Amino acid sequence: MDLTVTLTGFVALYIFMLAAFTGYEIIGRVPAILHTPLMSGSNFVHGIVVVGAMYALLNATSTVEQVIGFFGVLLGAGNAAGGYVVTERMLEMFKPSGKKTGDKK
Amino acid sequence: MNLNTQIIIDASYLAAAFLFIYGLKRMSSPVTARSGIVVAGIGMLVATLASLLYYFGVNEAAQPHLNTNVILAITALTLGTGWAWWSGKKVAMTAMPQMVALYNGMGGGAAAAIAAVELLRTGAEHQTIPLVVTIIGALIGAISLSGSLIAWAKLDGKINGTWRLSGMQVINGTIFLATLATGLYIVFGAHGHAHPGIVAAFFGGALVFGVMMTMPIGGADMPVVISLYNAFTGLAVGFEGYVLQNPALMIAGMVVGSAGTLLTLLMAKAMNRSVSNVIFSNFGATGDEQQGEIKGSQKPAEAGDAAVNMRYASKVIIAPGYGLAVAQAQHKLYEFVKLLTDAGVEVKFAIHPVAGRMPGHMNVLLAEAGVPYDMIYDLEDINNEFKEADVAIVIGANDTVNPAARTNKSSPIYGMPILNVDHAKQVYVVKRGQGKGYSGVENELFFADNTNLVYGDALKVMVSMIQAVKSLDGGH
Repeated sequence: MDLTVTLTGFVALYIFMLAAFTGYEIIGRVPAILHTPLMSGSNFVHGIVVVGAMYALLNATSTVEQVIGFFGVLLGAGNAAGGYVVTERMLEMFKPSGKKTGDKK
Repeated sequence: MNLNTQIIIDASYLAAAFLFIYGLKRMSSPVTARSGIVVAGIGMLVATLASLLYYFGVNEAAQPHLNTNVILAITALTLGTGWAWWSGKKVAMTAMPQMVALYNGMGGGAAAAIAAVELLRTGAEHQTIPLVVTIIGALIGAISLSGSLIAWAKLDGKINGTWRLSGMQVINGTIFLATLATGLYIVFGAHGHAHPGIVAAFFGGALVFGVMMTMPIGGADMPVVISLYNAFTGLAVGFEGYVLQNPALMIAGMVVGSAGTLLTLLMAKAMNRSVSNVIFSNFGATGDEQQGEIKGSQKPAEAGDAAVNMRYASKVIIAPGYGLAVAQAQHKLYEFVKLLTDAGVEVKFAIHPVAGRMPGHMNVLLAEAGVPYDMIYDLEDINNEFKEADVAIVIGANDTVNPAARTNKSSPIYGMPILNVDHAKQVYVVKRGQGKGYSGVENELFFADNTNLVYGDALKVMVSMIQAVKSLDGGH
């Protein structure tokens, strides 16, 4: 059994097209108060680039490739981790008036 | 690669793609938003752990270097994650936009790095279409990296003002075309086997273009620019995902690319400007020239008097701006609001779409102070209520309440939707001094008959307002 599929030509275009519509649909219906967290959240999601950088670095064959790959992983990991922390901190603070945390005297 | 390993990696990426989309979906409602980021975070964890399995399937050529590569990879992962986690935890909420810009630039840089490794792998056979995609992703990623860094430096106050040369657009155009030509040469001239110096020149050109493109953009437009670069990074990641045949990168990158593009358009629309206008116009530079004299004078008021006036009003609308956050006064403001609501005053917050430094930034800052989100209203929802309000109080906002946007065609902010605070019976403006707003435009609201200015630091003003109301209610 061979599960390897090459993502060339139209298959890639289908993936891109469907993903683009998905992104459009997600943002299109969002209230303005969530724009900043969502921008931050989508910033986190493209931190997945770290996975690609890992691939590049592990397959590096020369010092130049190793150096560039190292920075790729470093930057990608920073994107993912930083994006997560910042987004989580923002969203942590959204509370409706019904469920106030008990700091009332 | 061992078939089972490959299946685990592929299944992990499928799971990650699902978790990202589901997480973003949950983030699109305030009720479920918190869990959304956790869901997406699990996706990231799964994908990153799976990527370690590449260890078992590296190229023949890379085998001798594998141990070094693994050590480098673990070190980079640890350092990158550690630094970003620490910096993200300690950054103040007011400084959030520049941190988003910084992390975003890092993502763009990572995409560009993937492309660079691909282009320098001279031993490999290159096909034209993947090569074209690599070059496009590299270009966008590198522009996003240097552009985001400039955006970060500007918002963080490390670079002040705008920086502009005469004939800037010609220079920028030349740099861009030269970079593009180099890219075309790498693909069609050298078929991916270009001299490393030429590849370096290509990246250098893209980085310089990112700097040149961002430098002239004024601070008020920075949110739109950050959002644009966020979309850029997404696209770059998607394209490099195609090059690496990695569907997780393709899906995540393209979802962010399109979501980011839409968000950029929404933001530009909120400021009544087009995206190209933001990037290519000289906003702010011409601001001082064509302003007529504004008649009337600025009338000061004491914080205590304003507070008492609000205590006996029936409806108060608050229009907060970035100045509130800079003074760290949101907690005191909410304390004051609670005093008012306890006394039976109806209080609402009116948020301009570009209040703060990003759309929704002010909502985050108010949420930080514990203000429930159902007290907070968007511009369209509340603008008709100002005429029923007894008092409108503007705290640390300026351009977003400037009536010149409605009336003065020569004003640089003409056409931007504003909060109609001037329709309230009484307007108080809490302001540090007589300066202008971020856009450098004089504000005629401050000179209007029904406006009084409460001078002082927003935090100190809020403290005296709280005292005034407390002594009033304590007195009887």
